[in-house]
Amino acid sequence: MEKPFAITLAVNSSLNNHTGSWRVEKPEYVHRMPPCNSACPAGENIQNWLYIAEDGSYEAAWRALIIENPFPAIMGRVCYHPCENVCNRAELDQSVGINSIERFLGDYAIEKALTIPAPAVESGFKVLVIGAGPAGLSAAYHLRSMGHSVTVRDATHAPGGMMRYGIPQYRLPREVLDAEIHRIKDMGVTFEMNTRVDDVHEALDEGFDALFLAIGAQLSKRAYIPASEAARILDAIKVLHGVEDGTQPLLGRKVVVYGGGNTAMDVARTAKRLGAQETIIVYRRTRDKAPANDEEITEALEEGILVKWLSTIKHVDEKTLQIEKMALDENGYPQPTGEFETLEADSLILALGQEVDFSLLGNSADLDTKDGVMPVDSTMMTSHPGIFAGGDMVPADRTVTTGVGHGKKAARNIDAWLRKTAFEKLENRDVVTFDQLNTWYYTDAPHIVRERLDATRRAKDFSEVVKGLDETNALFEARRCMSCGNCFECDNCFGVCPDNAIIKLGPGKGFEINLDYCKGCGICVAECPSSSIVMVPDK
Amino acid sequence: MSSTPIKFYQVGSFAIGNRLLPADDRSIQSDPSRTNALNSGHRACQGCGEALGARYALDAAMRATNEQIIAVNATGCLEVFSTPYPESSWRIPWLHSLFGNAPAVATGVAAALKAQGKSDIRVIAQGGDGATVDIGFGALSGMFERNDDVLYICYDNEAYMNTGVQRSGATPPAARTATTQAVGENPGNVFGQGKNLPRIAMAHEIPYVATATVADLRDLEAKVTKAMSFRGARYIHVLVPCPLGWGSQSCDTIKIARLATQSGLFPVFEAENGEVVASTPIRKRVDVEEYLKLQVRYSHLFAPTRRDDVINHLQSIADKNIARYNLLIDESESI
Repeated sequence: MEKPFAITLAVNSSLNNHTGSWRVEKPEYVHRMPPCNSACPAGENIQNWLYIAEDGSYEAAWRALIIENPFPAIMGRVCYHPCENVCNRAELDQSVGINSIERFLGDYAIEKALTIPAPAVESGFKVLVIGAGPAGLSAAYHLRSMGHSVTVRDATHAPGGMMRYGIPQYRLPREVLDAEIHRIKDMGVTFEMNTRVDDVHEALDEGFDALFLAIGAQLSKRAYIPASEAARILDAIKVLHGVEDGTQPLLGRKVVVYGGGNTAMDVARTAKRLGAQETIIVYRRTRDKAPANDEEITEALEEGILVKWLSTIKHVDEKTLQIEKMALDENGYPQPTGEFETLEADSLILALGQEVDFSLLGNSADLDTKDGVMPVDSTMMTSHPGIFAGGDMVPADRTVTTGVGHGKKAARNIDAWLRKTAFEKLENRDVVTFDQLNTWYYTDAPHIVRERLDATRRAKDFSEVVKGLDETNALFEARRCMSCGNCFECDNCFGVCPDNAIIKLGPGKGFEINLDYCKGCGICVAECPSSSIVMVPDK
Repeated sequence: MSSTPIKFYQVGSFAIGNRLLPADDRSIQSDPSRTNALNSGHRACQGCGEALGARYALDAAMRATNEQIIAVNATGCLEVFSTPYPESSWRIPWLHSLFGNAPAVATGVAAALKAQGKSDIRVIAQGGDGATVDIGFGALSGMFERNDDVLYICYDNEAYMNTGVQRSGATPPAARTATTQAVGENPGNVFGQGKNLPRIAMAHEIPYVATATVADLRDLEAKVTKAMSFRGARYIHVLVPCPLGWGSQSCDTIKIARLATQSGLFPVFEAENGEVVASTPIRKRVDVEEYLKLQVRYSHLFAPTRRDDVINHLQSIADKNIARYNLLIDESESI
């Protein structure tokens, strides 16, 4: 180039000057663990399906969700949503209503009759699942997705386990349950109902390569209560089962329920719906010590159910029973006070917890049991090779979601065991905490409360109590997600870099750092709302 | 407030972009094909607020004028770090003359364009606070008074940073600089001195005056775009934190600008023809201490002995701004 007089250097762009050499630390995009995901007993990737739902791609969101859990419509009704309890948004305003969005997606899929394709390749392996409850069905779904031939056996006449015979219809309408189970059937899973398995080994010898046991915990715990012969004492599980079967037990006008767990709440609310004029729950400890979910307690109280906290039942007669008041000692344990009260009761329903009924397994004595449950190893395998177990019969929380999680975990390990490989779980313990987020950027948006059926109306029949969200509400709620630890393409890093050193790769592709020019100032990290960029030493 | 807040979750219009918004509603900076008027490879320090503010402002001006702009630059960091001969980071026609004459040169460029009938080409003059409130003040006042068709943008980092952090007429009270050391009974810059240039500009009754910060991109872009819709003299004063001169972490540049606005120390407003027409309300109010404690230039207010008297004095300045520009609005109306 011809240069003007006295000019010795050609004019050039500053792009020649690679300021990246100043840097000692560099930013790096990461995927961290959102607290919701880490708390989900079914291992759902909640942040991911919320992200997909945020732009209205409900089917895609549903498909991402069912990779981990085939029952969003059920979960959206019965899950006690531990995810919401740990949601970082709670510290800003209120938790994201994850459960309500999950239900919306589940209902959307049912409404649109979305189906799950049968596996493209058959593995040739045959797996038997014993028990058609949440754990069994979840295992069947995942095993079938992996290409295995799956048979589910259950002694009852319809699949669902405690979802059908334990959870009342006002919490889980049966058409929802049926729709989500039917989808699994349509994948090619064989259901053999009304089929009790008496001998596990015999069943295995029928030509199955592996077996998943999920018989649940169906035996009500008994407590010794002195009672006159005419006293009417029932057990909660049988009452709930009977309601489902149409063999409604006679409860009388005044019903007392003994226990403080979810089953106690369910059976008390069911008794009210069956026509009991007065339902009283008796529980020996206080409300905050009760194992029942707080929402269920609240809903029960709203429906007019009375609770005698800190009380034990001492004696039961035909029309009355005697309770003793308790007081908490210095260690927080209830101790008798010697103060008694008499309640009128036509019947007493015991809801004191459940035990595994190992007699269902018959001639399976070589399977180890301990403390009334069946221990399993980290792959969910029992003491017998090829026999796996999960759900309420193994030591864990007894909730639907935990069961679904067990089914998934067992399925993945059964698959690995069959193929003689090992299932490697990707561990990510880097859970995002609230103080790591830059919450300035999130708009203020309070949580939408799901409409509930009026309390006076709902105690009369079995209509569903909690209503769903409509699309506008669900979308709003999904967009409250702060996407902890995962980029949601807000473009902050791309915009705030003083050196234009962030490359935007386009929708869904995220960003890259241009290390030629990044000076390592760290503004992108500081201004990232979701803590999905970190500074790392540059080598 | 010039920008229209978008009540749209999850980040609405607070973040730079938002994948949930139509492309037209996103900020200019979120566009992968933005012009990058100030290109990579410039020699500004890590975390420079001025480099950021200049790119934000000029990209917006380019978008508003169909890329028909000429920029005149005063001497200062922006000039030095962007154009060490023979390299330049500018991707626009760009002119540098002297420290104090940028407004006069811009006036001349505008006059020349007018004489050639090129009314579609617009002129921007820009400089730091030293060039603006001190050295070029006479020329700037003349440009205002004649209502020449120039947008003047001042990137205010509150001292002469390029030459080694000397006090300017925009240095805030109590701040330590090389020439206002933290010694004696009243350490740092003295109270009661300095100039408030946005108010001086307003006193000229020019068509448009606005303040902005690098912490609110949407607002800055809207103000530059709006300024380009006017003819005549216009002035935008942008607060740009300086990690070197303020003694702050390079990663905190935007946070500090945000705290300056949320404490009330830096009021964000706009004025037309000498009257304030809008101000950006404080969203999450903080005490001035939150802003001060991140900066070494104020560290003498906290150690070895805490100077509550000085901190309270600075708080009273913030409180006065809040009242004067009506920065606190009813919570229910905020977004």
